[in-house]
Amino acid sequence: MAHLNSENLERATRLIALYPKDRSALIPLCHLAQSQDGFLTEEAIQDIAELVGVTPAEVYGTATFYDMLHTEPVGKYVFAMCTNIACLLNGAFELLEHAQHRLGVHVGQTTKDGMFTIEEAECLAACDTAPCIQVNHRFFGPLAAESFDALVGDLESGRLDDVVPPHGVLSRVERSVGLVADTENEVAR
Amino acid sequence: MTELDMSTQETPVTVSVTIDGNVVQARPGELIIEVAERAGVFIPRFCYHPRMEPVGVCRMCLVEVSGPRGFSLQPSCYLHVAEGQEVITNSPKARKAQEGVLEFLLVNHPLDCPVCDKGGECPLQDQTMAHGPGETRFIEQKRHWPKPIDIGPLVSLDRERCIQCARCTRFASEVAGEALIDFAFRSSEIEVAPFALEPFSSYFAGNTVQICPVGALTAPPYRFKSRPWDLEQAESTCEGCAVGCRTVAQSSAGALVRYLGVDVDGVNQSWLCDKGRYGFEAVHASNRLSLPLLNRGEELEESTWHDALLAVSDSVQEALREYGPSSIAFIGGARLTNEDAFAFAKLAKAVIGTDSVDAQLGDGLPAELVLGLPRATINEAVKAKVVIVLNQDLREELPVLFLRLRRSVVEKSTAVIDCSSVTTSLSKYATSVRYVPGDLARVVALISGESNVDALGLDQDQIELAKMRLSAAGLGDGGEGLVIVCGRGDLGESASIVASAAATLHRLFPKARFLSALRRANVHGALDMGLAPGMLPGRVTFEERSDALVRAWGPMPAERGSDAIGTLEAAAQGKIKVLFTLGADVLSDVPDRDLAKRALAKVPTVIAIATHHDSTTSAATVVLPVAGEGERSGTVTNIEGRVAPTTQKIVPPGVSWPAWMVAAEIARKIGSDLGFESLFEISEEIAALAPAYHGVNLGLANSDARREGVVVPVGPVAIDIRSRPLDPIATPGISSVEEQGAPIRLGKTARATLAGDAGLESSGGLQRLVRALGAAPLVVAPRADSYTYRLSIRRTLYDQGTLVQSSSSLAPLRAPFALRVHPQELARLGVKDGEELMIRTSRLAIRVNVIADADLARQVVVLGARAEEAGTFGAFDLIDAQELVVDVRLESI
Amino acid sequence: MITNAAPIVTRRMGYEDSHKLSRYLETGGYDGFKKALTMSREDVADQVNRASLLGRGGAGFPAGRKWSMLRSATTSYLVINGDESEPATFKDHLLVERDPHQIIEGALICAYAIGASQIFIFCRGEFALGLERLQQACNEAYEIGAIGKSIFGSSFSIDLVIHPGAGAYICGEETALLESLEGKRGFPRIKPPFFPAVQGLYGAPTVVNNIETMSNLPWIVLNGGDAFAALGEGSSTGTRLFALSGRVNRPGWYELEMSKTTFRDLIFDPTLGAGVKEGRALKAFIPGGVSAPWFGPGELDLGLDQDAVGKAGSMLGSGSVVVMDESTCVVRAAWRITRFFSRESCGQCTPCREGGGWLEQILRRIEEGKGRETDLDLLMDVCDNLAPGLTWPPQQTTICVLGPSIPSSIASSIRMFRDEYHAHIREGRCPMGSR
Repeated sequence: MAHLNSENLERATRLIALYPKDRSALIPLCHLAQSQDGFLTEEAIQDIAELVGVTPAEVYGTATFYDMLHTEPVGKYVFAMCTNIACLLNGAFELLEHAQHRLGVHVGQTTKDGMFTIEEAECLAACDTAPCIQVNHRFFGPLAAESFDALVGDLESGRLDDVVPPHGVLSRVERSVGLVADTENEVAR
Repeated sequence: MTELDMSTQETPVTVSVTIDGNVVQARPGELIIEVAERAGVFIPRFCYHPRMEPVGVCRMCLVEVSGPRGFSLQPSCYLHVAEGQEVITNSPKARKAQEGVLEFLLVNHPLDCPVCDKGGECPLQDQTMAHGPGETRFIEQKRHWPKPIDIGPLVSLDRERCIQCARCTRFASEVAGEALIDFAFRSSEIEVAPFALEPFSSYFAGNTVQICPVGALTAPPYRFKSRPWDLEQAESTCEGCAVGCRTVAQSSAGALVRYLGVDVDGVNQSWLCDKGRYGFEAVHASNRLSLPLLNRGEELEESTWHDALLAVSDSVQEALREYGPSSIAFIGGARLTNEDAFAFAKLAKAVIGTDSVDAQLGDGLPAELVLGLPRATINEAVKAKVVIVLNQDLREELPVLFLRLRRSVVEKSTAVIDCSSVTTSLSKYATSVRYVPGDLARVVALISGESNVDALGLDQDQIELAKMRLSAAGLGDGGEGLVIVCGRGDLGESASIVASAAATLHRLFPKARFLSALRRANVHGALDMGLAPGMLPGRVTFEERSDALVRAWGPMPAERGSDAIGTLEAAAQGKIKVLFTLGADVLSDVPDRDLAKRALAKVPTVIAIATHHDSTTSAATVVLPVAGEGERSGTVTNIEGRVAPTTQKIVPPGVSWPAWMVAAEIARKIGSDLGFESLFEISEEIAALAPAYHGVNLGLANSDARREGVVVPVGPVAIDIRSRPLDPIATPGISSVEEQGAPIRLGKTARATLAGDAGLESSGGLQRLVRALGAAPLVVAPRADSYTYRLSIRRTLYDQGTLVQSSSSLAPLRAPFALRVHPQELARLGVKDGEELMIRTSRLAIRVNVIADADLARQVVVLGARAEEAGTFGAFDLIDAQELVVDVRLESI
Repeated sequence: MITNAAPIVTRRMGYEDSHKLSRYLETGGYDGFKKALTMSREDVADQVNRASLLGRGGAGFPAGRKWSMLRSATTSYLVINGDESEPATFKDHLLVERDPHQIIEGALICAYAIGASQIFIFCRGEFALGLERLQQACNEAYEIGAIGKSIFGSSFSIDLVIHPGAGAYICGEETALLESLEGKRGFPRIKPPFFPAVQGLYGAPTVVNNIETMSNLPWIVLNGGDAFAALGEGSSTGTRLFALSGRVNRPGWYELEMSKTTFRDLIFDPTLGAGVKEGRALKAFIPGGVSAPWFGPGELDLGLDQDAVGKAGSMLGSGSVVVMDESTCVVRAAWRITRFFSRESCGQCTPCREGGGWLEQILRRIEEGKGRETDLDLLMDVCDNLAPGLTWPPQQTTICVLGPSIPSSIASSIRMFRDEYHAHIREGRCPMGSR
């Protein structure tokens, strides 16, 4: 936990190099920090501020604007449960009710064992599988009470470890090259 | 002068717009809200502030504006006027939009006006009273948050009251340049927040409180102190430092309770630093003097004016009789008003006949240099092609000048070359040259292109870069367009080195202008009034005294006197029999504490004219209590030479007198007469006898033109003062209701004709002295051996001075006393960050905590400019006033 | 009418491995870009103009016009908007996960045509798998020389960066997206300047185009703008990817020729939506994302045509159609949509920040049976303060269009179902059993 580790500091430097201005890397760096610790630690916020040349207040202010970035610890698995219109019309609130009951926590809370956090999400753009949810940003749906319970079981037993990485990990594919074009195509206008 | 120039230079191109049916002329680029205000139409607003970039977020100022597709609702604070544009501010549609916004603002705004500091001067409250419906349609739950949280040492935030206008966050990033607060979260959960580990501890935080349109941001020093309708107020000038920010001093029940910044284009543009804003607390501090004190043998006892003045006259007359006038000296006066300073200058030079008078305490620059260099105004500096700052951290010394300069660099209206022995608050905006104290004169000569100067040991790349920046700036002949800021930012580098550097620049760039960075409130006024050896009122030397002055003052002292250090040296040798200290804590403020101690021990009679108890009053024979800031009227002169009124708002404590009366009474007691009975008479004498101040009297200073003050000397010209639209939200609260509704308050237009004689800024004699300084060889400190560190001694805003230490809100903010050392040097010494080590000079050794600072040059160490810390020694104990620099050894313990 | 126009952007969806480079190359991948590189920039832009390709992000602004407005400058940017967050919209999600190379190829064609200095694909952060595939595709495109220096041996060079969002609906608004891409809070920029083409990323001229818009470009270059324009009718040319959801038997994505197909076709045709679930009657539908006012059964025969839907008082928007059946509580539906907007308001402008939450609370109260007779007038008047006159398209009192989008559901549902609202208030409960 805490500060960005050396491997991630190197990644951070590579990310910053992709942008004309350092601050553009702020959000990618927040994701990076979150992939390390599951959430954005205060130390990581300081690191990011220094890396991109803004104040920690600006990093904190920017990060908290975005739903995916957490400044408080979360469970190993974060359930983002959509209740927006298409899911609502297909029983999302009933599913959410069930999930809270099954896990014994309310929306915004984490189970005592630190395994699960429930969040109510806005539309996740998978309305053809309504009601749908994301677990650490991996899609599941349509779900009903039984399939939700089965999903919890699979996560607890580790059967989904290949599909659902730790919270905060987005793309498991890293960019393979830096910027190479090295010309500006300003011609011809 | 400046104002007139501006109005004649303005291009006459205008556009015609129609506002509520009336055709109005406006300059292209003006905002609709500004043009409307000038035309007498006040458009309600919250987020708009005339000194910040518009953002158009509160939507209160929506009006109907014509466009290619007909009328639409547009934010008048954001849209620029355009030819033929039609604006309707009062149509049913515009009114509904504005009232709708008002209602939205109240959705989550608590109804705690009765317990809110802002109640009674709150634009949201006023708008609601004026235009809101009688009752609310909102019956749902309001947003709830814990009530005020401290987001910084001097700012509390009530998030429930916040209307998200972004004034505070914009101030922090746009004006102060330190985004220690920002919005966090979004939607109706949006809040202003600092980072948890980094409080909002900006020197400028108080401005966010002043510009907050609701009671969301409050300042603990004022919280629950008064209600707006109980406030009385007077416009005045801040005496926290020498920038001379314009303020409104507000009092309640006879006590000062709040200072607000007033928008003066040439100076503070509405901003204040927190030292200036909260320093008034010192006025009511428990260490205030209220009675004369007299030491008849053992210790100081309470006395009467009669007895105390008798003691003064006895000792003065005895000294005159036995030892002559040169046995009497005056130190201090930089915190007096011009009129007070003039009275003491006359007392010393005309009545007593001594020239050993110095408003500076050995921590300034030679008076002839300060008075003799061509001066720049702040507005000239921020528009200069290049500004060279000589070893000065302006944020710590003259905070609002820092604000102005920083912003102008960010907005690319000027560029800064920062020549300094440490990284300063301007460094990141500047071309920087780092050097070891002692080399300033060499550095400036090199960057100015002097070829026969030894560059050994200096950073060649930085010098070259600065040189390029200077030569590429497109300066005019003689360096026109260059402004140099110089003061004593580093007390470890002697005044003679700074003077050599400044005078050299003057020689190389005769048309460059200088902005003094001497910091004590009215030091420039005091020097102008003649509180310096060899000087007479109005920036003239003894030799240049006018017949009129001789008629009024009589014969002048026979010999040139000593400056403060010279006086203290004479005193240490037993040659000074009576020493007047004028609001100067000699034992704490003189940066050669050993000398000050030796001197005071030898002076038989020390007469302290002071506002507060301090180490010097404790050692005095007679202590005379005088009125301080807010307790007496008069004028003060800032770094530019701008004369502005300081105003009495409250009664001084006990039997304190205005200082000029003390001077007049002393004169009378020793059988003479200063020749004036009132402040106004002094002011008339200054206007008549001080060449640079011709025509500038209290009457002018208090005229309609007073908000801007007048920069002396003033020629026989008409001054056209056109005040800008002010921010009614932040400007003096109690008329808030009136300002928000009709009739509105407009920028004032005033005209004043001055009878000045277009005199020189400074006399020919002074100019010759400066030229001589510039022609002399560069003053350079020899390099030390590699085991020696050179000490840079720098002030911080919250220092050990009386003002800060007597203000209960500011005193705790004093920076920790520690020596800053490069981490590699610490490693070499085997001392860890935070541990103690020993600093040794030829005089003594002191223990001090260390802080690792990788920004430093390895041979430079930095100590705060502090005299004493709870019985231990401090930086001023390490200074020998005879040396050019302070070389020290560091030892582990 | 359902035409037999061949799919354009979804033509590889039949393959399991549609996202892989090998499949992409086998099915004509990068041929469009290679062809474009043999054409002049003007010719490429001209083909897009001839295609009359309307932006597929929601506002429907002609792509070619956007490009032509680009201010001349030494540095300019192309930013691909893949922050798809409009509720009930899931077409870009599909394209990112299932055909990332097509997006990249389209972006390269566009960048070539406008002479951009760098490309950023701003992809919604929640699309973790999509980001992974997009990044994989990006790496591969560099490897085969489609991105980078002297692309495919030509004199054209460019870099492309995949940028993840972090979860904020407002970043779909192009100026908020640029702010976000600059590492800031997603606050939409105040206008003027009106167009990123004049002042965009870092103040440089910038074209912001949607993912689906880009995905059409390889086909347009290969087949010609005229071929594209031959599909559809009027200003609505080509095919479009529609997202159908809610109470239908076959929710999903359908690429259909524009204009010619009707909402009735989309919802009821057995090969498309296949009718309302459980055989219930259709009560209302949203024609183009939740920012759009609702339609009722009376509008079912309108074509999927931008102008026609606009004239009827709503919009085709992001091409997402949500079906509500007779069991749907319209108050609850309007409440949930309003809560969405309230939460997603960036918080800058007072009317949107405060109005959304207020409206949401009133609707919740009505739904919970605590409504008052005056509430409907209050709702309409508060809506009027967000979108003065409640006209279509709406006027606004805020910087961006999120604010005036809030009234869409509320005002249209009150107009259509005033009785149902009254029933809630009268009965003190939800007459539909809160479904």
